[in-house]
Amino acid sequence: MSKTMVLSQSRPFRPLALGKIAAGLLVALILFFLILPTLIVIPISFGSAPYIEFPPSGLTLHWYLEYFSDPDWIAATLFSLRIALFTTLAATIIGTLAAVALVRGDLPGKSLILGLALSPLIVPHIIIAIAVYLFFAPLGLTGNFFGFLLAHTMLTVPYVVVAISASLQRFDPILEMAALNCGAGRARTFFEIVLPQITPGVMTGAVLAFISSFDEATVAFFISGIGGKTITKKLFEDIDLNLTPVIAAVSTIIVVISILLMGAIRLVQNRTST
Amino acid sequence: MKGENVTVRGVAKCYGSVTAVENVSVDVKPGEFLSLLGASGSGKTTLLMMIAGFELPSAGLIEIGATDVTHVAPNKRNVGMVFQRYALFPHMSVHNNVAFPLRMRRIDRAQIERRVGDALAMVQLDAFGNRMPSQLSGGQQQRVALARALVFEPPVLLMDEPLGALDKKLREQLQIEIKTLQQRLGVTVIYVTHDQEEALTMSDRIAVMGNGHIAQIGSPASLYSEPASPFVAEFIGKMNFLPVEYLGPSQSGQRIRVSDASTLSVTRSLNGHSQELSPGLLLQAAIRPENISLTARGSGGADAIAGTIETSIYLGTHQILLVNMDGRSGPPLHVQYPASHVVSTFARGDAVDIVFQTNAIHLFSGKGDSHD
Amino acid sequence: MTSLEIGRSNPTTSMRFKRLFLVSGTAGRYPPLLAAILILPLLLLLFFSFLYPVGRVLVGSLFDPGFTVENYIRIFTEPLYLKVLLRTLWIAFVTTAGAFILGYPVAYAMSRAGGKLTLWIAICVLVPLWTSVLVRSYAWIILLQRKGVINDILIGTGILDHPLKLIYTEGAVFLAMTHVLMPIMILPIYSSLRTIPKELPQAAANLGAGAFTTFLKITLPLSLPGVFAGTLMTFILALGFYVTPALVGGPQTLMMSTLIGQQTTVLLNWPFAGALAMLLLTVTLVLTFMFRRFLASSGGFGNV
Repeated sequence: MSKTMVLSQSRPFRPLALGKIAAGLLVALILFFLILPTLIVIPISFGSAPYIEFPPSGLTLHWYLEYFSDPDWIAATLFSLRIALFTTLAATIIGTLAAVALVRGDLPGKSLILGLALSPLIVPHIIIAIAVYLFFAPLGLTGNFFGFLLAHTMLTVPYVVVAISASLQRFDPILEMAALNCGAGRARTFFEIVLPQITPGVMTGAVLAFISSFDEATVAFFISGIGGKTITKKLFEDIDLNLTPVIAAVSTIIVVISILLMGAIRLVQNRTST
Repeated sequence: MKGENVTVRGVAKCYGSVTAVENVSVDVKPGEFLSLLGASGSGKTTLLMMIAGFELPSAGLIEIGATDVTHVAPNKRNVGMVFQRYALFPHMSVHNNVAFPLRMRRIDRAQIERRVGDALAMVQLDAFGNRMPSQLSGGQQQRVALARALVFEPPVLLMDEPLGALDKKLREQLQIEIKTLQQRLGVTVIYVTHDQEEALTMSDRIAVMGNGHIAQIGSPASLYSEPASPFVAEFIGKMNFLPVEYLGPSQSGQRIRVSDASTLSVTRSLNGHSQELSPGLLLQAAIRPENISLTARGSGGADAIAGTIETSIYLGTHQILLVNMDGRSGPPLHVQYPASHVVSTFARGDAVDIVFQTNAIHLFSGKGDSHD
Repeated sequence: MTSLEIGRSNPTTSMRFKRLFLVSGTAGRYPPLLAAILILPLLLLLFFSFLYPVGRVLVGSLFDPGFTVENYIRIFTEPLYLKVLLRTLWIAFVTTAGAFILGYPVAYAMSRAGGKLTLWIAICVLVPLWTSVLVRSYAWIILLQRKGVINDILIGTGILDHPLKLIYTEGAVFLAMTHVLMPIMILPIYSSLRTIPKELPQAAANLGAGAFTTFLKITLPLSLPGVFAGTLMTFILALGFYVTPALVGGPQTLMMSTLIGQQTTVLLNWPFAGALAMLLLTVTLVLTFMFRRFLASSGGFGNV
């Protein structure tokens, strides 16, 4: 090689650092773009004007009080919470059993079943929504707690399966073998040996299921009815027809709940990865 | 605790078109320490798993004591098992780990406490009951695993390369401890290992496995001095192999040609093959390094073979000399002397006479199939 | 129950059956029958709440009441519907591109930054992800309204006299959807970037490559599995998105999902809605398989 390579010793420091700073600013800007909308609901919810005003001219808790005293809002919130709770229970149980079978079981056609188990994730929610709606409507299952339970469990089970599968795959099968050798049956082995070890995965799956169910908007929009309306459906309706800062208050509450739950997951995950 | 016998009769295991174990039969006597020795893929672990109940044999019979356990679930076989990766329950303390099998057998609390204490004392870990497995060293964890496997006084103990993850010194120490414990308790042990030194140290009998078969079963001494095939000869201890030509019987024994210039007499009885020997037949000769001696060139006698020293390796307890035979290509011979023996006269490049101990030369079929 | 009973010496047929299908297995694995029992609840759930309803929609779109493909033909012959389909594809494409352009730097920064900084970036990415899409769409309404935050700022600082029409436009849909979908794009890319051993860029630098070359020739290609995963998921979600376009878009931004919704609940033309839905589903599935095929042939990566 006739040309000798001149390495970076002779390159001046400044352009490199400048480039890094510019890049950092760019990323910061994008991150601001990302987080801004989620956070903007918070100050709006405390604004004293009866319309959207930024920055708010006065601060008040009026909108929160209106939310807590409105029977419609409270009914919708309780309905959503009830559904989310029982969905979590159902999805966690069904998902745990399925994850165990998929990771540890000798099943024929496993990849097909796995694909099926995850398919609610890739099918657009609008299709699921109208499919379930058209199925429920003649059966009178719209606005019905059990109808929602069925639909939401189906939608959230994939999250549970994925979370628990991840945990299970890190779990050495040799421990189950040791337990069997010591005389424990399959059920005993599962509850005393496997479950304590995969608890982080189960917890993560459960929280994901809860949030997914509580936040779910599309399917809930279609299968809500006179008998029951979720908080997301009411939000949707009010945004369309009755836009007041109460919505901002409700949104803030939802944001806070989401942050708390996701923070809990992080803590669980951090505790186990050390 | 009384050990029971284990009978394996015609056991085979196939996974689809792959045969992991084929037609294996072995009778383990009560209280015996049997090693299953082989390289990975030899089928030894699969065989152990079938005895433990974690794999279902494709054919054959397994009995523990007088009971047919071939189709019995692994949690109902009442055998102790120790795994290579310890398999201690990480969320339970040492005490609870050891107590687990007793709880599964619905033994009352007081008895559990007593027996767990005894078991931990047996492995010298009495004070460690409250520790978690993650707080223990590898050797300590393996001891806990041993305690857990023995606490319910099983008639048979199965061990799957339990010391593989430990360093050499610790391994040697634990080998002695395990052997001592076994002899004291009288439990039957089936021990899987790939380390032939370990097998030689601990076993009453060794079953050498290759390709899913048992190549030979016998006491360590008999396997060492009377290997039935080149495979076994090579597996146990170090062996030098030489392709030779059979010349015919003579007064001093069977004559074989070692190289163009040299012939030898073999005085031990022939083993390995019952086929007819005819002059001109190509065979494999095998001899252990400690059965070869070296003298200065010209002083070895009639059957000596000329050779040149290539290297000398010092190993503390003994010394190994690598010697090339003149007139032959191929790997050098390993010759072993105890370190106390004075061989400082030999140095690299020296011309020597190689003398084989004639009653220590094994002859095998010359088909070059060193793996059965 | 007594202490362990060792099996009897002559196993009966039922014991053999139990042993083979219920109890035994290869070391550490559950036997087929037991596994089947465990997975049954999931399969039942999926059948009754997912497969059957979707199947009904498919059947309903083809039988109206007799067998007919009229509904499908209508989609492709009436210009309105074709337009909607193309618009949906276009919006999905632009949104995905936008999410990629904005998202990749974030993923890159997240993978390169250390401890605390990564955490803060992760928060900025995950908090929106786990907030309801309704809340995020509502936030964009707050920002883009005539009397929304952006217009307030523009007018307040004197840049404009009268407010811009920002909301209910195609631009609003692009903006809001890109925002909503960015975390979906970022996370797989971050995952991929994280698996690149730190030593590789170091080795490249040691061999004389500049920062940009290192990125182009080493980092980017190795992060492609994550890029593909993120792009695929973002695009598919964008195609079927209902909430955000419905809230933030206007009548000129009618997308497939909104159209399907209208046909179902407003026009009550269920067979036609079904046909539209099946078309959307087909496009989604075809894209998924194509991408997976492409991934498999280009080296593959873990599950999506």
